Amino acid sequence: MHWAPIEKQPQSWAVRPNLLDYAVTCADFSWDDVRREFAGLPGGRGFNIAHEAVDRHAAGPRRDHLALRWLGSDDTVRDFTYGELKSQTSRCANLLTGLGLGKGDTVAVLADRIPELYIAALGTLKNTSVFCPLFSAFGPEPVCQRLRRGDARVLVTTERQYRHKVAPFRATLPRLQHILLVDAPDHGSDGLLSWSRLMAEAADSFVIPPTDPEDVAVLHFTSGTTGMPKGALHVHQAALIHYITGRYVLDFHPDDVFWCTADPGWVTGTSYGIIAPLLHGITNLVDEADFDATRWCRILETQRVSVWYTAPTAIRRFMRLGVEPVRSYDLSRLRVIHSVGEPLNPEAVVWGEKALGLPIHDNWWQTETGGIMIANFPALEIRPGSMGRPLPGIQAAIVRRTGPDSVELIADPEAHGDLALRPGWPSMFRGYLHDEERYRACFVGGWYLTGDLARRDGDGYFWFVGRADDIIKTSGHMVGPFEVESTLMEHPAVVEAGVIGKPDPLIGELVKAFVTIKPGIEASDELRLELIGFARKRLGAAVAPKEIEFQANLPKNKAGKIMRRLLKARELGLPEGDLSTLEKSE
Amino acid sequence: MTDEQIREVVLTILRRIAPESDPAALGPDDNIRRTLDIDSFDALNFFIRLDEELGVSVPEADYGRLHTLAEIVRYLAARVQ
Repeated sequence: MHWAPIEKQPQSWAVRPNLLDYAVTCADFSWDDVRREFAGLPGGRGFNIAHEAVDRHAAGPRRDHLALRWLGSDDTVRDFTYGELKSQTSRCANLLTGLGLGKGDTVAVLADRIPELYIAALGTLKNTSVFCPLFSAFGPEPVCQRLRRGDARVLVTTERQYRHKVAPFRATLPRLQHILLVDAPDHGSDGLLSWSRLMAEAADSFVIPPTDPEDVAVLHFTSGTTGMPKGALHVHQAALIHYITGRYVLDFHPDDVFWCTADPGWVTGTSYGIIAPLLHGITNLVDEADFDATRWCRILETQRVSVWYTAPTAIRRFMRLGVEPVRSYDLSRLRVIHSVGEPLNPEAVVWGEKALGLPIHDNWWQTETGGIMIANFPALEIRPGSMGRPLPGIQAAIVRRTGPDSVELIADPEAHGDLALRPGWPSMFRGYLHDEERYRACFVGGWYLTGDLARRDGDGYFWFVGRADDIIKTSGHMVGPFEVESTLMEHPAVVEAGVIGKPDPLIGELVKAFVTIKPGIEASDELRLELIGFARKRLGAAVAPKEIEFQANLPKNKAGKIMRRLLKARELGLPEGDLSTLEKSE
Repeated sequence: MTDEQIREVVLTILRRIAPESDPAALGPDDNIRRTLDIDSFDALNFFIRLDEELGVSVPEADYGRLHTLAEIVRYLAARVQ
């Protein structure tokens, strides 16, 4: 079905969008100009995200402006002005210094969206340490893997998370020295410290040490297709992208109230749920509660949200509410809606116009890119189903591999190929921690290959086609099939497992496992449930398979590797494609 | 249907979604999602299965006020045939 482009008349809008002429903005754009908008640390001591996001505003006219409004699950509200956020994050930086942490040391945070998470993130950056967020719905296995691989020295978390996911595995984490429990009134033994006590004892002013723009600031783990999760490293000057996308894509204006619904356990929740709005000195809204369509409508109305950044899964759940109930809320303050996480279907883009009075702007980026790369811009035509056009300063292309070290550009607007970006933008990842080889393999012939397949139409709009690998995108999160397969194979009844993403109308894909069990064991419903429980206990609900199917044999290639592609094709009833490498015994 | 029967149906569905846990140990006012590690996809499936088992269709708009066993049993008891 053809979806008509959604045209805009920005001349008639009360608030003038920051980007009106795409071609002119792109032609005039330079990263040096963006860099010059920041004075940097006083005395020419460099560039630090926390200074630009917090201290700079606290020292100026925005001191008493609301920086962070936190809505608790129980409807309590906690507000932080820029001045207060400066004091709190300074205390946190002093606390970390006091524990002996400095430049490059990893501070992991495992918590729901509570105020301490945000304070710890910014305090860590102030201290020039490395902030490593861990998604709170992960089970013990992904949590400990990331703590180990990330060389975490400090973990900020809650009693419940610690007891359940970390305490039983402490012996396997020799580098983890201190656990800061945000809800413990007093210090305990075994390196357990009370966050609130240490925060109360720490001084509320802190001089940010010299920070090179290339110093590592954030460590985000992302799932790989073959091995264990990869730790993507981001540097302080990544903030230039957060800032410029805040201006051109999210279209921030000084009085905006911005709500990014993503959890900081994922890159969107850090880049846009913490950093971007604060760089612009606007109000950042955080809701602790899980998704609840009615609650979200109420928040949009009562908090007078003007810019909203959410995800396809949430929008499709909203669609289940129906148009009329959504229209009963006063959303007149809402000016722009954006979506990211997986391609937003055209129906959802158009539904936004009917129910919310605004179309929804899809954009594209990934953990490795650090910030939005390709977007539908507020003042420009939307092509429903398209991810939009590249950010000014970003060069994107569709390429095809021609050899181990070379690619060719594809100009045909209908042809599919690898979505590639020209390296060098400020928020490009600077490495995978402890895995230089995997990092280098991402760059071919002068391009960064994103792993996504796409096409570019004649007007320069990009369209997502699929993944080039087996990574599963579920509820906007990446899940590596290998991690899930490894865990299932730890169960004594399992011989082997192949894991795929099964398309789902609401969450994009759900994690589905095909399992071969040992001879003599019955493929019963009880065993299926036992395996689901086994995986949930270790991986958590966000990663564990939602469906398990028993199969006597899994399709393998001649090297003995399970062919997930084939499992998926069969699941979908699609042509099985090239079977020349399939091992005949299957 | 008695409240106790409704409760049993609810627990049976929860056992299939979170087989590693013991829903019978849930207190009437515990937040089910937090206690049993139920994500939003699981929660949606829970309501779909409730509909299949009890013939009570819970609209999306009501999901947000059904957090505990007590709330869910009360809600269903008022609607079940």
